[in-house]
Amino acid sequence: MKTLASLAKLNTAADKRILIIDGAMGTMIQRYKLTEADYRGERFKTWHRDVKGNNELLSLTRPDIIGKIHDQYLEAGADIIETNTFNAQRVSMADYGMEDLSRELNLASAKIACEMRDKWNKLTPDKPRFVAGAVGPTNRTSSMSPDVNNPGYRAVNFDELRTVYKEQVIALIEGGCDIIIIETIFDTLNAKAAGFATLEAFDELGMTLPIMLSGTITDASGRTLSGQTGEAFWYSMRHLKPWSVGLNCALGAELMRPYIAELSHMADTRVSAYPNAGLPNVMGEYDETGEEMACKVEPWAADGLINVIGGCCGSTPDHISHIREHVAKYKPRVAPVIEPKMRLSGLEPFVAR
Amino acid sequence: MTTETTSASTTFINVGERTNVTGSAKFRKLIEANDYNAALTVARQQVESGAQIIDVNMDEGLLDSEKAMITFLNLMAAEPDISRVPVMIDSSKWNVIEAGLKCVQGKAIVNSISMKEGEKQFLEQATKVLRYGAAVVVMAFDEQGQADTIERKVEICSRAYKLLTEQVGFPPEDIIFDPNIFAVATGIEEHNGYGIAFIEATREIKRRHPLVHISGGVSNLSFSFRGNEPVREAMHSVFLYHAIQAGMDMGIVNAGQLTIYDDIPVELRELCEDVILNKRADATDRLLEAASKFKGDGAKKQEKDLKWRDTPVGDRLTHSLVHGITEFIEVDTEEARQQADKPLHVIEGPLMAGMNVVGDLFGAGKMFLPQVVKSARVMKQAVAYLQPYLEAEKKASGLTEKPAAGKILMATVKGDVHDIGKNIVGVVLQCNNYEVIDLGVMVPAAKILDAAKKHDVDIIGLSGLITPSLDEMCFLAAEMEREGFSVPLLIGGATTSRVHTAVKISPNYTRDQVIHVNDASRAVGVVSKLLSNNDKPAYIAEIRSDYVKVRDAHLRSEANKSRITVATARANKFKSDWNAHAPVKPSFLGCRTFKQYDLGELVPYIDWTPFFQTWELTGRYPAILDDNVVGPEAKKLFADAQALLARIVKEKWLTANAVVGFWPANCAGDDIEVYGDDTRKTKIATLHTLRQQIARDPSRDRSHTALADFIAPKDSGLADYIGGFAVTTGHGEDEAIEKHIAKTDDYNRIMVKALADRLAEAFAERMHQRVRKELWGYGKDENLSATDLILERYRGIRPAPGYPAQPDHTEKATLWSLMNSETATGITLTESYAMWPGSSVSGLYFSHPDSHYFGVGKIERDQVEDYARRKGWSIATCERWLAPVLNYDPIAVKAAAAE
Repeated sequence: MKTLASLAKLNTAADKRILIIDGAMGTMIQRYKLTEADYRGERFKTWHRDVKGNNELLSLTRPDIIGKIHDQYLEAGADIIETNTFNAQRVSMADYGMEDLSRELNLASAKIACEMRDKWNKLTPDKPRFVAGAVGPTNRTSSMSPDVNNPGYRAVNFDELRTVYKEQVIALIEGGCDIIIIETIFDTLNAKAAGFATLEAFDELGMTLPIMLSGTITDASGRTLSGQTGEAFWYSMRHLKPWSVGLNCALGAELMRPYIAELSHMADTRVSAYPNAGLPNVMGEYDETGEEMACKVEPWAADGLINVIGGCCGSTPDHISHIREHVAKYKPRVAPVIEPKMRLSGLEPFVAR
Repeated sequence: MTTETTSASTTFINVGERTNVTGSAKFRKLIEANDYNAALTVARQQVESGAQIIDVNMDEGLLDSEKAMITFLNLMAAEPDISRVPVMIDSSKWNVIEAGLKCVQGKAIVNSISMKEGEKQFLEQATKVLRYGAAVVVMAFDEQGQADTIERKVEICSRAYKLLTEQVGFPPEDIIFDPNIFAVATGIEEHNGYGIAFIEATREIKRRHPLVHISGGVSNLSFSFRGNEPVREAMHSVFLYHAIQAGMDMGIVNAGQLTIYDDIPVELRELCEDVILNKRADATDRLLEAASKFKGDGAKKQEKDLKWRDTPVGDRLTHSLVHGITEFIEVDTEEARQQADKPLHVIEGPLMAGMNVVGDLFGAGKMFLPQVVKSARVMKQAVAYLQPYLEAEKKASGLTEKPAAGKILMATVKGDVHDIGKNIVGVVLQCNNYEVIDLGVMVPAAKILDAAKKHDVDIIGLSGLITPSLDEMCFLAAEMEREGFSVPLLIGGATTSRVHTAVKISPNYTRDQVIHVNDASRAVGVVSKLLSNNDKPAYIAEIRSDYVKVRDAHLRSEANKSRITVATARANKFKSDWNAHAPVKPSFLGCRTFKQYDLGELVPYIDWTPFFQTWELTGRYPAILDDNVVGPEAKKLFADAQALLARIVKEKWLTANAVVGFWPANCAGDDIEVYGDDTRKTKIATLHTLRQQIARDPSRDRSHTALADFIAPKDSGLADYIGGFAVTTGHGEDEAIEKHIAKTDDYNRIMVKALADRLAEAFAERMHQRVRKELWGYGKDENLSATDLILERYRGIRPAPGYPAQPDHTEKATLWSLMNSETATGITLTESYAMWPGSSVSGLYFSHPDSHYFGVGKIERDQVEDYARRKGWSIATCERWLAPVLNYDPIAVKAAAAE
C-alpha cells in the first residue's frame, strides 16, 4: 500500500527531536464569544435547531477563525496541528440534526488546516509541519449502558461507530491530512471501532497513514471511563501498530505523569502526551499559565518519557510556545524493546509468562 | 544483548470453562431460562477460583447463539469483578465469534478458527481477528478433517503458522494451537494413542515455533469415565502434568477443581499414566477395573490421637486454637453456638478464652510466633463461621456491632514494599481482638491520615525496611502534628530503631507519643497499655523519659565521633595492589538475561538463619533445630517451610528472573567510570561512591575506604571491569498466594513471602557463584561449600546500593539503566528506589582480591557538597537521600548559616 511523502519527513523529525502538537481548539474558539448567529452564518440562517456550540460547523461558517487559530499554533511552534473535526461524525452531529454534513465538515476542516500547514512549510521549510485528522470518541459509549437499570443496553454499537468513523476518516484523508489521530479515548471499544474503520478506509483508498492513539485516564483511579487501566488499554489497541500512543485531556500534567511514565515503559512505539492546562477552577476555567505548564512537563522530556507533547483543554498558543522552549533541549524518548508475549486484557492486563 | 532462557517451561494459563453451554449443563439451563443474573454468578465464581481468562460459549442448537453471546458479554462488561479478566470468545460459528468481538473492549482470544473450509476463509477470518485486536486459537483441522496423529497435528499447525505470520501478519505470540484432545480409554484400540499424540505433537510444535501457545479442552480426554469424577480428575491431572512438560501452556479447565498430581493415590496415578501415555495394551481394562474403587472419596486416613475430642466443647476449642488445628473448628464452633445465648458469646466466651491461653503461652515463651499465627488462622475460621449468625442477630436486634478492643491502622510507608513484619504484627493484634485496618504497602502519608480519620482509629502503626522510609516516617509524624492528631504512632521494621525513633521521629510529633516496637511479640503489650486509660499516662511518661535519655546519649556519642575532611580521607584511601593483580576480562561484555530460572537449582543456596529471624526465632541454622528452647518449634517451622518450598518449586509459583552485566571500568577519584566497550572512549555511565570519614586513631593504620578504591584508576593503564546484577523471585508471589492459599491462612501467606525472600537471596548467591566461576570467570577453580558461601569466603564482593558500603539508594537507577533491568527482569524501582517486587536483590560485582565489605558510616558536609556536585543534585536533595548517614543536622546547619 502507498504511503504519503510526508511520512518520511515526520519520522526524521521525530527521530531528531520531541515534536510539538498544538493546544486546545475549543478554548481558542471561546475567546471569540461567538453568538448563535455567528455559528449559523448565511447558509444555516434558518436551520431548525440551535447550533451554537457546534464548533465543527465553524469550519463552514467561520473558516477565517479556524484558520487563524491553526496559524497561531503553527506560529507558536507546533509541528502537528489537529483538524477541527473532533465531533465531525454522524453520531455526534445528530445532536444538531446535521448528520448529513459530516463528510463536508471533515473535508472543509482538513482543507483549512492543510492550507495553513502549506503556508508554514513555505515560511520555515526546515521545520516541516503536519496535519492530524482528529477523530474523537463521539458522545456515546459502546461498552457501557447509559441506563443503570438495564446494564446490557448499548446506546451505540460497534458497527454503527465503524460506519460513521469510516466516512469521517475517508474524508480526512481525501482532505489532505498526514496523520489520523484517534483521541480522547474514554471507551476503548469506541476506539477499536475507529481503528477498524481506519484500516478499512486505508484498504478502500489503497494507502496508509500513520495512526496516533491517545487515551484518556479520567481520574486518580488510573483508569479510563470504561474502566481499563492504562496497560490494559494499550494491549487492546496495540494491534493497530500505531505511530504513537499516549494520553490527553481530563488531567493536568501533574496528575498525568505516572500514567505517561507507565505507558512510556511498555509501549514499543512513540509516546505522546497533551494534558489539560491544570484542573479547572470553580468557574470551570483553566488558570495554569503557559510557563507553569511548561515547567511541569519539562521533566517528562528530561526523563526521556515522551516523543510528542502539547496541550489539551485550557491550553493556548502561549502554552504551546512555552512548552516548545522548555523541551527543545531534550532528546526524544527511545522506545524500549518489548519481549514478544501474548498480552491480553480485560479491564486489567494479562500477560502470558 | 544476549538472552539465555534457562528453563523453557512457562506458567500454565487457566481458562475457566463453566460459562460454556456445551460443557456445563447448569450454565446451559440458566441461559435457556434467560436467567442471566445467575449465569453471571457462574462467571464470577470462576474468576474468584483462579480462572485467568473466561471462556464463553453459547453453541447450543436451540439457542440464538449470536444473541446470547452479545447479551452475556454486554452484561459481563457491567461487572468489573468479572470483566477485569480477558474473555475467550468460543464458538464454532464465525458469526457468533464476530458478534462477540464487537462487544469487548479488552484484548480477547478467539476460539477458534481452522482451515476446515480451506485457506481462503481461514485467511479472511484471521485478518479480521487481527483487526478486532484479538489473539486466536487455531484448531488442528484442515480440508481433510481433524488431525489425530502426531504428524498430521504438526503438519497442519505449521502450515497455519506460515499462513498467519507471512500472509496475515499475525504476531506469533498471539497464536494458540489446539492440537485436539480426544477421548482415550474408550475401548477402541485406535483411540489409545490419542493422549500421547497430543503430548508429542505439542512438543514438536513448540520446538518449531517457540513463541506460540498450546491449548486444549482437557475434559474431552476422560469422556468414557463420565460419572466417576475422582478418576476423571486424576486423568486430567496426569495428562496435564505430562502435556505441560511438553509445552502445553493453556487449558480450558475447571479452575476450582484440579487435583494436585502428588495428591493422587499412587495406584490410580500409575493406572492413569499407563492409559494416557499408552504404556501397555491392557491399560484401559486395568483402569476400568480399578475405577470403581476410586469412585467414592478415597480419603486418606491418618492415625491420630483423638482423645481430646472427648473433652467439653470449650476445651476442644482451646485445644484447636493452641495446636492450630482447623479440622474440627466449625463443628465445635457450631456446638458452642447452640449452647450459647448469642453467637457473639461464643467469641467472647470460649474462643477468647482459648486465645487468652494462646496469649499466655506466647507471653511465657512457651509458644512461638509461627504457632500463634496458626492459632490466628483457626480463630479467623471460627469467626468466619459465626459471621452469618452475627449478621442475622444484628439485623434482628437493630444493634450496631460491638466495638473491638481497639482499632489499629497499619501501613508500609510510601516508596517501600516490604510487609512481612507488618503482616505478622497485624495477625498477632487480630488474635487479641484488635481490629486491624491494613492499608498495604507503598501508602502515601495523605492516604494513611485520611484512613485514620475515616475509621477513627486508636493507633497508627508504620512499617518500613529501607532507609528512605525513615524520612517518610518523620514526614508522617510531622503531618500528624500539623493535622492535630492525638493517637499514638508505632514504628516498626528492619531499619527502624529505638534511637532513630527517639532522635528523629519522636520530636516531630508531640501531641501524643511515637513508640518504637520492633518485635511482634511486644506489640500486644504496647497496644494494650496505650489503650488502657489507667496504664497509658504512666507508660507514656516512661517512654518519654527513656527517649530523652536516648537522645542525650546519642548527642554525646555523636560529639565524640569526629570526622576528618574528605580530602584527608582521600589521601588515605584503600590501596589495592595493582601490581600484583591483573584484572580478568569477563567472558562477555554487556548484559545477559536469565528468565524463568530453575527454582530447584536455588534451593541449596538458601541461607536459613535469616528465615528463622523473620519468625523471631533466634539462633543460627542448623544449630537452631537442636536448640533446647526453640528447637522443636524451629524444626516444625522448618518442616512446614520445606513442604511449601517443594510445592513452590515444583508448581513454579514464582518466576525467577535475573540480569547480569559486565563493563570495562576505571575509577576517577571516588567515581567509577563505566565504558561502552574496551576502547574505553565512550563513557556510558558513572557510578558514584562514598568514602569513610571517621577520625581514627592515627597509630592504627587503617584506610578510609570507598568502593571506587577496588577498581583500577584511569591513570594506572590497567583495563579493569565492573559487574552489576539484579535478581528477583517475587514475580508470581501475590498471584500464587491468592491462588493457592486460603484468605484466612495467614501462616502460609507469610511463609510464601518469607520463602520468596530467601529464594531471592539464594538467587543472588547462585548468580554470584556463576559469575566468579563462569560468567566473569576470575574464580574458575573455586570450590566452596554452602557454608563457605554464607560466610563469604570467596574472592570479590557484590555490594548493593542502599547498604553500608554505598548507602545511596539512588545509585540503583544507574544500574537499572545500564542493565535495562526493568525490561530484563520486570523489577521496577519505587520513588524511594525500593525494588518491586520486594523479593529482589541487586548490586555491583567487584573482582579485586582485596575488595571487601565495609560501612561508609556517617559523612560530613564537605563530602555531601562534593557528592551533590558529582550527582548533579542540589545540596538539599543530596541531604534528603543521604539523611541516614549525615554526621550533622541539616536543619541546624541551614539555620546557623541564615543567622
